[in-house]
Amino acid sequence: MTMNREFLINSILAIALITVPLIALGMDEPFIITLATKVAIFAMAGVGLNLVLGYGGLVSFGHAAFFGIGGYAAGILASHALNYEPIMESPFLIEGTTQMIVIWIVALVVSALVALVIGAITLRTSGVYFIMITLAFAQMIYYFAISWPAYGGEDGLSIYVRNGFPGINTLDPISFFALCAVMLAIAMVFSAVLIRSRFGLALQGARQNAQRMTAVGIAPFRIRLVAFVISAMITALAGALYADLNRFVSPTMLSWHMSGEIMVFVILGGVGRLFGPLAGAALYIILEHLLGGVWEFWQLPLGVLLLLVVLFARGGLVGVLAGERKHV
Amino acid sequence: MFSLFLEQLLNGLQSGVMLFLMASGLTLVFGVMGLINLAHGSLYMIGAFACAAVAAWTGSFWLGLVASLMAASIAGALVEMLIIRRLYNRDHLDQVLATFALILIFSEGTRWIFGSFPLFLSVPDFLTGTVILPGGSQYPLFRLAIIVAGLAVAVGLFLLIGKTRLGIRIRAGEADRGMIAALGVDIDRLYTIVFALGAALAGLAGAFVGTTQSVQVGMGEPVLILAFVVIVIGGIGSIKGALVGSLLVGFTDTMGRFLLPHAFATFLDPSSATAIGSALASMLIYIVMALVLFLRPSGLFGATS
Repeated sequence: MTMNREFLINSILAIALITVPLIALGMDEPFIITLATKVAIFAMAGVGLNLVLGYGGLVSFGHAAFFGIGGYAAGILASHALNYEPIMESPFLIEGTTQMIVIWIVALVVSALVALVIGAITLRTSGVYFIMITLAFAQMIYYFAISWPAYGGEDGLSIYVRNGFPGINTLDPISFFALCAVMLAIAMVFSAVLIRSRFGLALQGARQNAQRMTAVGIAPFRIRLVAFVISAMITALAGALYADLNRFVSPTMLSWHMSGEIMVFVILGGVGRLFGPLAGAALYIILEHLLGGVWEFWQLPLGVLLLLVVLFARGGLVGVLAGERKHV
Repeated sequence: MFSLFLEQLLNGLQSGVMLFLMASGLTLVFGVMGLINLAHGSLYMIGAFACAAVAAWTGSFWLGLVASLMAASIAGALVEMLIIRRLYNRDHLDQVLATFALILIFSEGTRWIFGSFPLFLSVPDFLTGTVILPGGSQYPLFRLAIIVAGLAVAVGLFLLIGKTRLGIRIRAGEADRGMIAALGVDIDRLYTIVFALGAALAGLAGAFVGTTQSVQVGMGEPVLILAFVVIVIGGIGSIKGALVGSLLVGFTDTMGRFLLPHAFATFLDPSSATAIGSALASMLIYIVMALVLFLRPSGLFGATS
């Protein structure tokens, strides 16, 4: 019964994400299409985080690092391509690019490597230590981006023309939205398949009882490290799309506020639920738009709402609407 | 060069002492109540704003200092009784989110009341001069006063924890909450006192630092994260660890920013030496933290879990 209700809510969310921009297209409201694109991108960043936070029980407070790495991959590659400056000439030539596919691959590879290093150190710890150290590593990258002058430092980096994708005019809002929505769908399907796989079961098992996992011969550390890397890669991909949406990337994407926001999407929507990040990101953007329109200090009521959700509505939006989850 | 070095050492000491005021509250709250409090930086901000507002209104820095202590500890006690108390039995994720929400509320509320423009705090007249350091350079007297005041508070805190009845209860609370509740200590009140004490220390640090920088919304966040690094290095829950960690982070950060560009300049051209040196210096404390954790996953003075 509850599974059916959650399925219904998920369907409504998916249909809304697709139909709202189409209606906005008909009414010639490109701003609403941009908002929907933002929802899709933030939801994708949340899908990445949800993998470790929701299913792995690992409270990473540093996912802005990966979001920002994705963003800077887009910004740096595009700026080199637009200025006709190769990134390096020796020992072999690497040039910039304005092709999203190449940018995505770079974002995936770089974020995976960084996540491998951060994960290998942070996953030796647990609990509060893990929260604080993931936060500290993200801050390290944030301060590096601010003090390294080559790519704009504190001022950030503009992407003058949105990067391209074969066969699509990415400058057209609805086409870019479609691209982001498809990427989100791929990330969600991948995440759904992953958590039902043997690997996903082991990850959830390690959250519920790490000792028992060890006893049956599965080392939690390696499972968690792989999950951390995959999670970082999904969030980095979202970051690359976000830089292209804004045609701008700055250290703000790496800031701890961003880590907090990505976490808020997951929690507002519902931790460990497939559609939780989408619900949370949609709710966040709608609130930002509605409250921000009436009151300059809209983050104050947002804070109160978040506080109420944490204190009284555990399980988030999807949890409240769909009821308690069946025990798996 | 020597006097410049001495000046940077003093700056490092000042930053370490201020960090200790922040980190000791964080680590106490974690040690006694098991709570991770992101809103600790907001209490620092409240202290700075209260001091700046009252000092501007009355013309007296000292009244401002009293106001910062009062405002931060009252805000701390209220927040503890209304919200934080409900979080002790929750998992860390809920604590992180609820206190993140508190940051949004405090920051946005402060912006609403005081506006987005920074406030400035001026130093009392008799502390405005400079002192001559050995080697001939001048150092602001007020910065020295901050170091002395901070060290005095640190000594006071150690005496409070080590020698008084309240300190015994706090240490007992860290060791076994169930047992001291059974022995008749009013645990709810103890928690409120510990939280308010930590808040007062943070507020005091905010007021001190507010005199050397501008007082603005968001000022607490960089300090909060440094304080996290400190208690992770020192071992969460350990006051002694917080002291060692604060000094280590204060000195490493200040001396790194000062020395690294010079060090790179010995074999690189000046502009890239400054760029690489300052970029590396901004990452240095996190590298130290990673090293400490790699060798001792629960910090220098942490209980091995």
